[in-house]
Amino acid sequence: MPEVTVTVDGVAYEEEVEPRLLLVHLLRDRLGRTGTPIGCDTGNCGSCTVLLDGRSAKSCSVLAVQADGSDVVTVEGLASGGDLHPMQRAFHEEHALQCGYCTPGMIMAAIDLLRDDPDPSEEAVRRGLEGNLCRCTGYCTIVRAVRRGARAMSGGRDAGPGGEAGGEAAGGPAGGEAAGEPAGEGVAAP
Amino acid sequence: MTEQLDAGLVARRIAGSDQVGEPRDPAEGREVGRARRRREDARLITGRTRWTDNIQLPGMLHVAFLRSPMAHARLTRVDVSAALAMPGVVAAFSGRDFAGEQGSLPCAWPVSEDVVIPDHPPMAVDRVRYVGEAVACVVATDRYRAADALEAIEADYEPLEAVLDMTEALSDGAPAVHEAGNQAFTWRFSGGDADAAFHDAPVVLDRTYVQQRLIPTAMEPRAVVAVPEGEGFTLYSATQIPHILRVMLALTTGIPEHLLRVVAPDVGGGFGSKLQVTAEEVLGLLLARRLGRPVKWTESRSEGNLTAHHGRDQIQRISVAAERDGRIRGVRVDLLADMGAYLMLVTPGVPLLGAFMYSGVYKMDAYDFTCTGVFTTKVPTDAYRGAGRPEATFAIERAVDELAAELGLDPVEVRRRNWISREEFPYTTVAGLTYDSGDYEAATERALALFGYDELRAEQADRRERRDPVQLGIGVSTYTEMCGLAPSRVLGSLSYGAGGWEHAAVRLLPTGKVEVVTGTSPHGQGHETSWSQITADALGVPFEDVSVLHGDTAVSPRGMDTYGSRSLVVGGVAVLAACEKVKEKAKRLAAHLLEAADDDVEFADGTFRVRGTDQGRTIQELALAAFAAHDLPDGFEPRLDADATFDPENFSFPHGTHLCAVEADTETGRVAIRSYVAVDDVGRVVNPLIVEGQVRGGIAQGIGQALFEEAVHDTGGNLLTTTMADYLIPSAADLPDFVTDRTETPATSNPLGVKGVGEAGTIAATPAVVNAVVDALRPHGVRDVPMPCTPERVWRALARSRANDGGTR
Repeated sequence: MPEVTVTVDGVAYEEEVEPRLLLVHLLRDRLGRTGTPIGCDTGNCGSCTVLLDGRSAKSCSVLAVQADGSDVVTVEGLASGGDLHPMQRAFHEEHALQCGYCTPGMIMAAIDLLRDDPDPSEEAVRRGLEGNLCRCTGYCTIVRAVRRGARAMSGGRDAGPGGEAGGEAAGGPAGGEAAGEPAGEGVAAP
Repeated sequence: MTEQLDAGLVARRIAGSDQVGEPRDPAEGREVGRARRRREDARLITGRTRWTDNIQLPGMLHVAFLRSPMAHARLTRVDVSAALAMPGVVAAFSGRDFAGEQGSLPCAWPVSEDVVIPDHPPMAVDRVRYVGEAVACVVATDRYRAADALEAIEADYEPLEAVLDMTEALSDGAPAVHEAGNQAFTWRFSGGDADAAFHDAPVVLDRTYVQQRLIPTAMEPRAVVAVPEGEGFTLYSATQIPHILRVMLALTTGIPEHLLRVVAPDVGGGFGSKLQVTAEEVLGLLLARRLGRPVKWTESRSEGNLTAHHGRDQIQRISVAAERDGRIRGVRVDLLADMGAYLMLVTPGVPLLGAFMYSGVYKMDAYDFTCTGVFTTKVPTDAYRGAGRPEATFAIERAVDELAAELGLDPVEVRRRNWISREEFPYTTVAGLTYDSGDYEAATERALALFGYDELRAEQADRRERRDPVQLGIGVSTYTEMCGLAPSRVLGSLSYGAGGWEHAAVRLLPTGKVEVVTGTSPHGQGHETSWSQITADALGVPFEDVSVLHGDTAVSPRGMDTYGSRSLVVGGVAVLAACEKVKEKAKRLAAHLLEAADDDVEFADGTFRVRGTDQGRTIQELALAAFAAHDLPDGFEPRLDADATFDPENFSFPHGTHLCAVEADTETGRVAIRSYVAVDDVGRVVNPLIVEGQVRGGIAQGIGQALFEEAVHDTGGNLLTTTMADYLIPSAADLPDFVTDRTETPATSNPLGVKGVGEAGTIAATPAVVNAVVDALRPHGVRDVPMPCTPERVWRALARSRANDGGTR
């Protein structure tokens, strides 16, 4: 069986895998990284989205052998210590989740979206997240959360409810700017 | 290397930042009414979740099911022997192997005297009645090997004719789905004299609407883990109903109830689809018993689309008799409801939940309802968000818009002339329900203002005038619904198999912290947050000092679970009732310790004080005193805790006004929602964030039915929409932002004044959207577009209308 070397949330693994094993099953069943769920079998729902070498990928549509030598970041690897990633925090603050099943994929896709468009409009967020389905929220609060997370990641700190313009970088330490890199700021109340 | 996340620390920190919004009037409490961010989020946003499929146990085996490729056939032979020889396969079984012990999947709602409840084996034994029905299973060391081995199973079928169309199913000579025929039941109901109302009515409107078959599509696929433990079994399932499931599994399998523990861990949405006792749950248990090892089954999405129950699928004939001024005299409804191949947990009851709602918010003299349940060779239908009430609301709200068009009146004005006015509450409707409270005027006025109704009507007139190819349509939906399922007596009178009460237990721990045990089973609704808010106010303790336990019959032994927008209005009120009992006990202890009479002790802000003095004990001090038990009143048990159940005397009747504006391209058929305004009245609100979330998500699902979703079968009964590429739930790009607001008319049927909110958005939205689509096309002669109103359907409706009109438009 092929052997793959893969780093997941900062930990290096060497695993013998069947060539057909999906990356998401490697993560969930072999490595115990169950934070990344599976919502469909056709790559439509996006629940299983992870960052593969920094870009979002649906881990149900990637073979484990294709991830050989790659760096994988899942939703479990975003926070560090007690500090949430700004996007995780934004999802919480905007009530952008109900059952939470789509949330890991939604957060990972949103982080990748911001690499291409650090300050996306509502329309850009809606188009950019078209490949991630949510059945609970009606998306309104997800859109707000992504824009809030974007402001936080570009240095604005805790910028009010969604829909308000960014650019009010009211002090506070700058958050991490690269996707997947935890922000420096804590999540305690201002 | 990434530091390990301390989930507890995250939870504590986000809790510290979650006091959103100002507390309301302190007399009303600090927590109830506040937009608290959810404590559930900590684990969900960090991936520290407990989905059923996450569970891995030593020696655990994986189950895969071979499923019928035929909609209707005799199953003549199943041979699993070749599968047994495959690598990693531990066991393989046909339905026949379990025929003696698998029982029949339960139907808990025998709606009528004439109801036919066919035998429903979890694995088919000699006949299959829908594509996807399980005929054999493989148990293997991992999920890939289990799936591989399915291909080695030999199954022979003798095809029978598929039965797909309800009308044809009821015709003479139709192939029979079951020996008793294709009619599952008939159910009639009437109020007032419909003949008199329709006789000589100046206006009679007849319409037929089709509620297409829908697939509920919770994001988490179903999953089951069955574990032999000690003398009994623990069943983990992605279910909405751990308590009901435990009873039903005991009755179905004969495993004694006290040896069964059912756990609903984190559950990723339900919308009714997980309000079920499934073949896979029963068989998981039986496989664990037979093999003595833990077994897991997780469905793929395409397997779930085939086999998890579907929703809606009704043909509604509605007639409205009215005066020329638009006042409604009466309504008649003749309903065909597709049961699918079998009656599952509440399959036949779903249309009945709508039977009482066809009069909507309107006054009328007479109402007549007939429903015929029909068997077809499709997967069974059952509850899907709203369950019966979206169908009823759609029919009456569509018909009222048609009545307005027929009479040349504004659809809002027709509603005003018919609705129950605010001073008429409580009001007993023609269907016999007593709506306790409401203010349709207030909700409508607010919605019209937010929507800019008059301006949009002016723009519409302008576009019609200049024959703009993109027409503007405005849709109105003034809905109410009956929810909060309860009351037990009423459910009993409808032949429902269980009660509608809910249970809660509240216990003070020695350190003054509080555990709340609830019989509700949240799967996205945020009960951990809302129940903590209710408890914090009632006991005067900090929100952070409360934890909420649920979803495990060993932890929460009593409950009726979560569906029908019942959790807050029944279960949340039970939490309050348990808190009140705890306070009564605490008061007695405080009086004893303070050497005062019980009646001289008063409670405020978590402290019991002797009236007119500064002598007092906090509830935390009393919890410790009860635990220590050094100085208790005679006969006082050493604990501050209480159980309570609540069984309201009436349903809950949220209401609201939803307005939708669409732009419809009359050349391409494309419809886009331009704006959507929802003003809902769900009574007093415990947590506005959660309420808004429920409303918005509900609207999205209602729009899904109106514009996107439909389960489609081919002529052989094969489901064509097995994947999310074929069955289209709305994406972010398909939907606009929604404007939501509330009016607040407290319910009088519970002490919190709350009404259900889980289904309201879905119930309201579908007719608002379709009314808007039809309104846009009305100048072209279109009077209806069947759902979902896809570009093709809109285009065809326009083309038909033009053809009928001799091509003059």
